[in-house]
Amino acid sequence: MNRHLLSAADLGREEALRILDTAEHLDRALSGREVKKLPPLRGRTVVNLFYEDSTRTRTSFELAAKRLSADVVNFAAKGSSVSKGESLKDTALTLEAMGADAVVIRHSYSGAAHRLATWVQGSVVNAGDGTHEHPTQALLDAFTIRRRLRGATGDLDGLRVAIVGDVLHSRVARSNVLLLTTLGARVTLVAPPTLVPRGVADWPVGCVFDLDSVLADTDVVMMLRVQRERMAGGFFPSAREYSRRYGLDARRMAMLGDTAIVMHPGPMNRGMEIAAEVADDPKRSTIVEQVTNGVSVRMAVLYLLLGGSEQLGD
Amino acid sequence: MTNPYLLPDERTGMNSLVLRNVRPYGEAQLDVRVENGVITELGSVRPTAADDVVDGQGAVLLPGLVDLHTHLREPGREDAETVQTGSAAAALGGYTAVFAMASTEPCADTAGVVEQVWRLGRQTGLVDVQPIGAVTAGRAGTQLAELGAMADSPARVRVFSDDGFCVSDSALMRRALEYVRAFDGIIAQHAEDPRLTLGAQMNEGVVSGRLGLTGWPAAAEEAIVARDVLLAGHVGSRLHVCHVSTAGSVELLRWAKGKGWAVSAEVTPHHLSLTDDLAESYDPIFKVNPPLRTDADVAALRAGLADGTIDCVATDHAPHAIEDKETEWGAALPGMLGLQTALAIVIETMVEPGLLDWRGVADRMSVAPARIGALAEHGRPIAIGEPANLVVVDPTIRWTVSPAALVSKSRNTPYAGRTLPGRVVATVLRGRLTSRDGAVLDAVPA
Repeated sequence: MNRHLLSAADLGREEALRILDTAEHLDRALSGREVKKLPPLRGRTVVNLFYEDSTRTRTSFELAAKRLSADVVNFAAKGSSVSKGESLKDTALTLEAMGADAVVIRHSYSGAAHRLATWVQGSVVNAGDGTHEHPTQALLDAFTIRRRLRGATGDLDGLRVAIVGDVLHSRVARSNVLLLTTLGARVTLVAPPTLVPRGVADWPVGCVFDLDSVLADTDVVMMLRVQRERMAGGFFPSAREYSRRYGLDARRMAMLGDTAIVMHPGPMNRGMEIAAEVADDPKRSTIVEQVTNGVSVRMAVLYLLLGGSEQLGD
Repeated sequence: MTNPYLLPDERTGMNSLVLRNVRPYGEAQLDVRVENGVITELGSVRPTAADDVVDGQGAVLLPGLVDLHTHLREPGREDAETVQTGSAAAALGGYTAVFAMASTEPCADTAGVVEQVWRLGRQTGLVDVQPIGAVTAGRAGTQLAELGAMADSPARVRVFSDDGFCVSDSALMRRALEYVRAFDGIIAQHAEDPRLTLGAQMNEGVVSGRLGLTGWPAAAEEAIVARDVLLAGHVGSRLHVCHVSTAGSVELLRWAKGKGWAVSAEVTPHHLSLTDDLAESYDPIFKVNPPLRTDADVAALRAGLADGTIDCVATDHAPHAIEDKETEWGAALPGMLGLQTALAIVIETMVEPGLLDWRGVADRMSVAPARIGALAEHGRPIAIGEPANLVVVDPTIRWTVSPAALVSKSRNTPYAGRTLPGRVVATVLRGRLTSRDGAVLDAVPA
């Protein structure tokens, strides 16, 4: 595996499957244990460097590292170079000097993880950079899809995935497009034209503006969080209109095939992009599972990046 | 009355320089004698012991280059560049005159600031520094600056620009175009509709979509170019469009010139040579405004420069301190160095592919910008009796760009490690060498 995980594009099919398989392996190794801890990263230091508040992602990485016995430091970076705090480079050199083996970075600027990787010796894991990518989210989504629809083995060949919502500003969408297509899934983006990035015609995906038209032929519906601030930018007229045209409600859920699942990376705007009865649907909704799987997948990423040497017990 | 700003040797006067074995405009090889700032002999010249002699060994002789668009950063950001260091970079790049943009701190929106910049240039003496005045007070885009006061000052400002910001208010732009007619001024517009570029980081296109960087659409430039050529045509004023970056802008300019309107335009070396895929590194060394565009835009810009639709090359030399570039892409300041690499890039992108001959280079990098900016002593023919503002360039020498070796105070060249054609052998300002074999000649103590 590469030294860093900056983009889902860094992962070929074999590497991606290796992460998913390792996650399954780690998950089994932990299940049934009274003490949820494995030894392979003992003595290694993982720094969570979060420039954006994201309790769920930070906690997920923290748990993942701790369950592998790594030492975890949470470095809540208030303010970047813009707000005249310490520059990212100086922070990077500081962490380097303290001997961080891996830095998990969440940042509001696209490309921040790439920049950080040029300044540190250790591994860099991109935990979300601006509107660019969030590769571990895509990995946990692929893991969840595979468990639900493929018996937790192999790739996603031929599965039909609709990614619905604010694709333009979504790092989750970009990473999922890359990873899911690498794993053989067929991806279609569904969004109002204002929220479709330029150049999508060159992406290996379909793109439609009408949500109803895709639902009957979809195995996975992945809803994206839509920020209400986008209204101010004129991307859509009102939350209500957005919800009517692109929200997943009970009527639309009924149009799905029998085995289709509904995903959301969280945090959700209930009533906006997803109705409560859909989010809580016990058969289709994977939203809680996604959170659980996130820890397993992040364990696998840290394990493989840091070259955990000790054998994993079964 | 004695002009208190005359430099020592302008008062005392005598110098004599012989440029041997040079080819004016790349044509027949000859020698040139320069005395007291004027070309006095062309042909076979026998130097005397009193002459300074430069042997060009067949290098090309051109009129000294003129840059319509330079950021010298003084006053305000002397950590990034000063008039002294920027002038040195200009001299090494083959320039004999540069227009200093108004985007200083405080900005050049009063007679006091333009006169200060002008005087600093005179004291440095390596290149003629011609200040540009801001169009609007504080470059805030709401109220005209005192354009007449700047025009009447010793700096004799004729070019006005809010560069960095667009004069986006249509009515204000119209008034500015009209007002400067009183002193034959020209408005140099930074064409960018600010509402279409909120938060923009790079060219809007396939690459921006992939990288998740907010796009700067070509239409944001073209909408302003279209509006401004219409306004210039309507009121009969001169308009200059700064750093044209898109194929669509070239088409609009061609159309406007076809109407006979007094419209001119510049293109930067980086827009002639680099494209937006360089952003994939997320290295803000490639962040610039307007942003790097696509191959199709580059091709259209080269064609436009070749056929004269774009009148001239201007560097948009924009020095930035290291801490303003060693950051996340979104936090970095936009801009690139240009003075020391411009001629080499023009040779690489225009001369070597056969798009422009040396007469063409002389026009686009000296004659045209001097005409647009109304500098009477620059961009003159290489002929007896003409002012000796000259550059000798050897197009056969290739050199590798090393940021640390540049004389600018900043290091933000996008060409680090690139090997480029064309080495400036000597630069001559009013008969005196200002650079020779890559070294600046500090002829005048400040």
